Amino acid sequence: MSGTFMGMPAFPDAAREAVRDPVLRANLRHATHTIRDKRARAVAELADWERLRAAGKAVKDHALRHLDRHLVQLEEAVTAAGGTVHWAADADEANRIVTGLVLATGHREVVKVKSMATQEIGLNEALEAAGIAAYETDLAELIVQLGHDRPSHILVPAIHRNRAEIRDVFTAEMGRWGRPAPEGLGDDPRELAEAARLHLREKFLRAKVGISGANFMVAETGTMVVFESEGNGRMCLTLPETLISVVGIEKVVPTFRDLEIFLQTLPRSSTAERMNPYTTMWTGLGPSRGADGDGPSAFHLVLLDNGRTDTLADEVGRQALRCIRCSACLNVCPVYERAGGHAYGSVYPGPIGAVLSPQLRGTGSAIDASLPYASTLCGACYEVCPVAIDIPEILVHLRERVAQGGPVTLGGVRVRIRPARGHTAERAAMRAARLLLDRPGALRAGERLLARARRLRPRRLPGPGRAWTDGRELPQLPAESFRTWWARERGERA
Amino acid sequence: MRAALFVTCVNDALYPRTGIAVVRLLERLGVGVDFPAAQSCCGQPQYNTGYRRESEPLLRRTAEAFAGYPYVVTPSGSCAAMVRTHYPRIGRLAEREGRGPGLAALAEELVPRVFELTEFLVDVLGVTDVGAYFPHTVTYHPSCHGLRGLGLGERPQRLLRAVKGLDLVELPDAGECCGFGGTFAVKNPDVSVAMGTDKTGNAVGTGADVLCGADNSCLAHLDGILRRRGEAVRTLHLAEILASTEEEPLT
Repeated sequence: MSGTFMGMPAFPDAAREAVRDPVLRANLRHATHTIRDKRARAVAELADWERLRAAGKAVKDHALRHLDRHLVQLEEAVTAAGGTVHWAADADEANRIVTGLVLATGHREVVKVKSMATQEIGLNEALEAAGIAAYETDLAELIVQLGHDRPSHILVPAIHRNRAEIRDVFTAEMGRWGRPAPEGLGDDPRELAEAARLHLREKFLRAKVGISGANFMVAETGTMVVFESEGNGRMCLTLPETLISVVGIEKVVPTFRDLEIFLQTLPRSSTAERMNPYTTMWTGLGPSRGADGDGPSAFHLVLLDNGRTDTLADEVGRQALRCIRCSACLNVCPVYERAGGHAYGSVYPGPIGAVLSPQLRGTGSAIDASLPYASTLCGACYEVCPVAIDIPEILVHLRERVAQGGPVTLGGVRVRIRPARGHTAERAAMRAARLLLDRPGALRAGERLLARARRLRPRRLPGPGRAWTDGRELPQLPAESFRTWWARERGERA
Repeated sequence: MRAALFVTCVNDALYPRTGIAVVRLLERLGVGVDFPAAQSCCGQPQYNTGYRRESEPLLRRTAEAFAGYPYVVTPSGSCAAMVRTHYPRIGRLAEREGRGPGLAALAEELVPRVFELTEFLVDVLGVTDVGAYFPHTVTYHPSCHGLRGLGLGERPQRLLRAVKGLDLVELPDAGECCGFGGTFAVKNPDVSVAMGTDKTGNAVGTGADVLCGADNSCLAHLDGILRRRGEAVRTLHLAEILASTEEEPLT
């Protein structure tokens, strides 16, 4: 029922479509600028923001450095509290585990809390193949699912849709999945939210199995933490009999006290709120081990690797694992604003996606090899990141991997990969440019040649030069270079 | 005081008038200018595109060309940021990859002596009023590597506000990237031009005659879009405005 990211074209081609779509451009511009400004105000309220940022970075780095120990500690704590922990090396294994767990309950419907990890592994598709219907209950995820669409933002997956489009999706699709949209539904946000509320309530009350991710897992206590805005997550986490949480292994923090930092930085960075409306925490089945009838009576935690351990092995790239999925980097990114989330070909769009996807999935495909170049390296993402991920540094590092090949860890094994296809001419050009620039005589000759070409003034260049001249005039060439002027003026050889 | 001009390859080949403006400006302020002829490109195009090894000889060349100068001044925030932020990293990685500590030592020795033009004027010379005259309405685009990479802050605007006759108008969304981004401009031309079109649209909307910047590579991109669209706004490097005086106005 949802779209797929398989076989995505390279970023520039996908982005071209988005750039030429005026409705999409307007939707994205309005949404990103609104949230960008709100975030800036929410962050400016805290005098110790930079220290919180440094603390968040330090906690995550510490957790990652000792990930092996923290995960085992987490498993012990969750197990002691009545939960069951499963380890999944990749998407297939995670999907097999979850599908098996759902089938074993005898139920064929699940309600879902918004979760990036389950989207990353394509869980809904795997469940569907096993005859299990998975209902997204986050409002924006519901819009995406009903619209047979793909998410285009981490926090606001339907950011590319305006309310008229949402009204049309609800009217056309709700009836096929449950309670239909009310007759004559308008596009007022209140009306749309009410239609979703009525539609979803039936699902909440009927579902026996809930599936979630988690924002954090506390190693010392075995506590899972979900931040959300709508309360729909709270419904899914408390009403069903069986709760299954699929969580990336990098989500672990050592102690309960560490949450104090992220309870401040995550809401302000993502929704620009001082505190998110709903924070749900649970530790296994609670003190009664589920016997009190309050909350689920079975809890399964599926710990997902899916490329994370390999990413952790990379000294530069591993900082991407600090990400707390706030999406502040998307909201400030001028490339994301114009290209839209779908162009990134992954559930992780924007700057963080451009550094996560090529690491988690490798750089073998056209889209993944193009993602490190989907940035001007303007640095706005790094500036707002609440865990100080130097995204431009990772982008350049990954460009090197794409253009030159080099050592990577794949499936725990250190290997040398070859350069991605299509970089041979560029490599030769870069080398030639360096040779020219590193030889003063050749450089002077080149500049004289350029000065002589000034009367040509081409409006369009052939070949790769077209990429410049399709949208821009070429610079007007000067009569002489600076060094020629200097030599003439000062009588020094330059 | 003497300073070495690091003109940068883009200015050398395409915007000599910016280099000439820096020479005139600094000399007017009593700074003797040298132009070490061995200088070339800082290596940023290679480095940022994923060819770090190709940037190593250019790091060496740049460091050696400017050896011994207490002040190396460059009219490019981007090239200054390349030296300050990335040279140490290139050196570190070269050493780790077994090519010895030479590059790291060269980088370490060069970094504290390199100043972007507005840093040199405001921080080293301690001037904001450079005695310039430019009777036009100007809006300023702070390029990313100067703004976020070097943390130039308000230095350029303070210099512009002190220019006699100049009316500085604020550029909406000034801190947003113009879309040049080095090879990004040709690797992702559609997004690049879309960003530049929004930026130039904002500039045109201010009613300014001049869109000023402190990085000619960004200005080449913006100027290319302005001219393609037939806009009257022209782009100018900050140095050229600061070099302009009542006696010798910029023509």
